[in-house]
Amino acid sequence: MSLRSPRRDRATGGALRRHRGLALLLVLPALLLLGALVVYPIGYSVGRSLFDASGHRFVGLDNYGAAFTDHATLTAVRNNAIWVAVAPALVTAVGLVFAVLTEKIRWATAFKLLVFMPMAISFLAAGIIFRTVYDADPHRGVLNAAAVAVHDTFTDQPSYPGARPRPGTGLDQADGGDVRVPAATGTVLLPLVGVQPGAVPATARTARPADGDGVRGTVFLDFVPGGGGHPGQLDPGKKGLPGVKVQLHDGARTIATTTTADDGTFRFSAAPSATASVVLPAADFAAPYRGIDWLGPAFVTPAIIGAYTWIWAGFAMVIIAGGLANLPRETIEAARLDGAGEWQILRRITVPQLAPVLGVVFITMVINAMKIFDLVYVIAPGPVQQDADVLALRLYLVSFGGGNDQGLGSALSVLLLLLVVPVMLLNIRRFRGSRS
Amino acid sequence: MTTTQPAPPTRTTTPAGTAKRPAPAGRPGVPLTTRLAVLTRHSLVQAVLIVAAVAWLVPTVGLLISSLRPKQLTATGGWWTALTRPAQLTLQNYTALLGGGDVPKALWNTVLISVPATLLTVALAATAGYAFAWMRFPGRDGVFVAVVGLLVVPVQVGLIPVAKLEGAVGLFGTIPGVVLFHVGYGLPFAVFLMRNHFLEIPAELLEAARVDGCGEWRIFRTLALPLAAPAVASLCIFQFLWVWNDMLVALIFAGNDSQPLTVYLQSQMRQFGSNMDILAPGAFLSLLVPVAVFLCFQRFFVQGAMAGSVK
Repeated sequence: MSLRSPRRDRATGGALRRHRGLALLLVLPALLLLGALVVYPIGYSVGRSLFDASGHRFVGLDNYGAAFTDHATLTAVRNNAIWVAVAPALVTAVGLVFAVLTEKIRWATAFKLLVFMPMAISFLAAGIIFRTVYDADPHRGVLNAAAVAVHDTFTDQPSYPGARPRPGTGLDQADGGDVRVPAATGTVLLPLVGVQPGAVPATARTARPADGDGVRGTVFLDFVPGGGGHPGQLDPGKKGLPGVKVQLHDGARTIATTTTADDGTFRFSAAPSATASVVLPAADFAAPYRGIDWLGPAFVTPAIIGAYTWIWAGFAMVIIAGGLANLPRETIEAARLDGAGEWQILRRITVPQLAPVLGVVFITMVINAMKIFDLVYVIAPGPVQQDADVLALRLYLVSFGGGNDQGLGSALSVLLLLLVVPVMLLNIRRFRGSRS
Repeated sequence: MTTTQPAPPTRTTTPAGTAKRPAPAGRPGVPLTTRLAVLTRHSLVQAVLIVAAVAWLVPTVGLLISSLRPKQLTATGGWWTALTRPAQLTLQNYTALLGGGDVPKALWNTVLISVPATLLTVALAATAGYAFAWMRFPGRDGVFVAVVGLLVVPVQVGLIPVAKLEGAVGLFGTIPGVVLFHVGYGLPFAVFLMRNHFLEIPAELLEAARVDGCGEWRIFRTLALPLAAPAVASLCIFQFLWVWNDMLVALIFAGNDSQPLTVYLQSQMRQFGSNMDILAPGAFLSLLVPVAVFLCFQRFFVQGAMAGSVK
């Protein structure tokens, strides 16, 4: 073609003509398969999309109308729009950052190998991997385990998560969850229940009244193992709760803070007064932080896009790094000598020069995101599947996964095809351009 | 995966990695603050990439460790507990999985599907690609433009019609049926790639062979095909991984007896959480082959990925 001049073609024309039979023999198997398996299905799908589920009744464009009115399909269309809007840009951006940053380190090859490897893994395996990563239970999902660890490092740990005053003992829990009781003379009793098994430390001793003057009292687990005892009273067998934070308030003001001893007792030096009250702050009873429900309806699509980025960022990185290596270094060096910052160089010089490569990566990812199926099907748990639905998954479910409506399924496949037609035309134009 | 890190001409005693731009940092007389700024920025880059590397590594390591833990422990704590108590690791999941039942059969089905699908696609694409590149037949250029157009046709378009078609000839639900579909949808890219690589062979070389009286088929077999070996290798790896990793096509076209590992594991997803002893080792087995292929043939893999970026 472009490599051959017309003159040479003429010279070997005789030989080429003699081989016309062989040429047809070489291309025909491929062309027959392409015709039967790719070209014919396009025509068939267009035709089939005009008939109802049974395939006998002509319904015109009804299936396409259904695609845009049916609630489930609309969700799929909306999610697909999110995918196409977010995933390609994210993957390209991460790939660009990695490609630029790896230029500055010594272990670039190892890093690229590591990030590129997920490309070789099936979507199913990646899906299983991320189902476990995203598991909501912090004892199973590593992401929530990390979230909980970070959260607990930066916030005070509740000593007795889930504990509450024993009902019917006159102890109130305010709206904020603080337990508040007037600072009376004598031992103030704070009977709690709902303490998780195992939360009471081994050092806890049997609860007893507090000694001394001033405001004092006992925080205890109002429960006798094996039964017995009276609600709200210090009976034998009831354990004091050590380490509970106790505040003394005067009105709304905190005037003193202490924690309970091993037998649950606490003591303030201040004398009881009419305006004072003993408060157990809510933070000590808060339910423990459990992380984020990644695969719940709200986060499922972003979570799957995260898994998608894990798979494809390496591809983007390698292609962009290839483009980066071919860039002329002079402009960048000149800019650097002129005192341009790294960020400025990246934004004003590198990215514009890389535009063609970035475009290729971006378009590849767009086509990919349009057809996304496996990851969504594998990662989204059953009850959340409809919240994470995308066109290709809808197509599968409608035609094969129980929907049994190949009319609507064909309409969806035609829609998918229409979505990639611009890229198809672009490819053809690029190909024609490269020939001339 | 050959990264281009040209050695800088003036490599002085700069801190590691600033090698790319040693001028401002290493030269004496540069203010200390500037040197410090470069150093800080450099450690920041290292830190970001280390965090990224960990994020990319942890999920797979988690799967591997999960696959090595006995079932009763999965309920009591995450796989990371094995890092401090490695005694809990065991191969019992793997021996149970490979000892019999569905997994060995599914694994074998995966091989029976991917190997023929790869060989057939590459063989058909090589012959057709050569004809498109160097032989003449009516409508050649027009047909090839059509092939370029077919590059981006989603497999989803073929699912319903080809299922009907294969149902009519009795291939639906069989291994040859799955293979056939993969060949059909692998061909546009394969033909495109092969034709482009054959075109890179200098015309003089082929002509010399023709003048020497070589038949066209012999030229293809003994001259063109060996010269295009790197492309053939890339294509083999790409198509093999594609088919090995496929789930969607097999989900529809494979029957109970012909289902590959991906489909079998997918059918186990419904009890996710209670059968990690099947899912984790199964997923790890299924990714072992592609990752091994990837590590052995990275160079071809990257080339294939580059060429495939038009797909």
